[in-house]
Amino acid sequence: MKRVKLPLTDEAISNLKAGEGVLLSGTILTGRDCAHKRICEYLDRGEKLPFDFKGETIYYAGPCPAPEGKACGSCGPTTSARMDPFAPRLLDLGLKGMIGKGERSGEVVNAIVKNHAVYFAAIGGAGALYGNAVKKSELVAFADLLSEAVYRFEIEDFPCVVAIDCEGGNIYKK
Amino acid sequence: MRNIPSEEIENAVYRLAKEACLNLIPSCKAALEKAEREESGESAKFALSTLLKNAEVAAAESMAVCQDTGYAVILAEIGQDAHVEGKLFSDAVNDGVRRAYEDFRFRKSVCDPITRVNTADNTPAAVHTEIVAGDKISLTFLPKGFGSENMSRIYMLTPAKGVNGILDAIEETVKLAGSKPCPPVFVGVGIGGTFDTCALLAKKALTREVGSRNPRKDVAEIEEAALKRINALGIGAQGFGGKTTAIGVSCELAPTHIAGLPVAINIQCHCVRCAKTVI
Repeated sequence: MKRVKLPLTDEAISNLKAGEGVLLSGTILTGRDCAHKRICEYLDRGEKLPFDFKGETIYYAGPCPAPEGKACGSCGPTTSARMDPFAPRLLDLGLKGMIGKGERSGEVVNAIVKNHAVYFAAIGGAGALYGNAVKKSELVAFADLLSEAVYRFEIEDFPCVVAIDCEGGNIYKK
Repeated sequence: MRNIPSEEIENAVYRLAKEACLNLIPSCKAALEKAEREESGESAKFALSTLLKNAEVAAAESMAVCQDTGYAVILAEIGQDAHVEGKLFSDAVNDGVRRAYEDFRFRKSVCDPITRVNTADNTPAAVHTEIVAGDKISLTFLPKGFGSENMSRIYMLTPAKGVNGILDAIEETVKLAGSKPCPPVFVGVGIGGTFDTCALLAKKALTREVGSRNPRKDVAEIEEAALKRINALGIGAQGFGGKTTAIGVSCELAPTHIAGLPVAINIQCHCVRCAKTVI
């Protein structure tokens, strides 16, 4: 499997093709339903966000609390489609990668192509494996959302499949 | 009459929550192994082998198989000669859930439907009780993830739709769900009853072994025909395309009204977790 470093470079994104298996290493942000809603509320109000997602990769996930001696508990992907109403806006503002599970709307696919971004599918249900691939975890924002808060993870050899590439290649539309 | 202290119920729920969240049931694991052997598509095969590896890691390291440790669903059959001493039955169940989700570091996934504020202890559980003969209490614990729950549907068909209508409803539900509920899915189907009991039958169907057949021959035939139709859809593991879109279909049945044919389809992801005990 191809190794890919995060944050992503434009060149790395250009070389990813739908259907390809990859091992991701580097840093990502987490965010799911409530965090996305709140990010967009900040943007609506024109307020500065407590973190910058420009150039970042966001992982749609809400982890189990970390057991003793581990950086993270079980932490697989959640269904990406629920983030579809928010994703084009974030991509337009510089988000480069998304990790989740399942198909995306046409609007998201278009926004991926337009913004030279990529969507990775992690294997839904493999929570223990993904939790173990998280080497460091730091709370970034929205602590009141508990598992839905935004965390910064350092991940190592995080197995994914390129699901939608920057040219619109789409594993779900074969 | 037999007296059962409420602590016994609380402790049983505590143990069941742990067992269910850390392990796939053996019939699910066997079905995933079979799917992995038979799959030829590279991405789907990778997904299935990753899931099998994940199950091993989860059991060995006492980590939740899936981070969505679910809405706690408890199906209880209470013998009418059993008497619970101490706490209210539902309080004992909720206390067991609360303690387990805290002690085993499971995710707390229950929130207010409007404000979305988390209850922070994964309660309340969905407790379904049925009064049966005898003096025992049997408990089934099903941690229900919502990626798949969200893809579930209920149809109020007309009687004229018949068996074919039931099969169409099942196929349509799985097709609409596509890659979202973590396929290969396990499909629980309720047929008959009323709007409410039909949905509960579908949930109960998910507590059966993967691959088991309803003892009624005509119902078993519906299960087999539905499975065949679903696997012809080609959605495959994680929606990557492939042979196995469902690892099983279980149908549960109840008499219904002369004017109706309710069909509820409750989707369970490939992570079939369920634990049972009798007190």
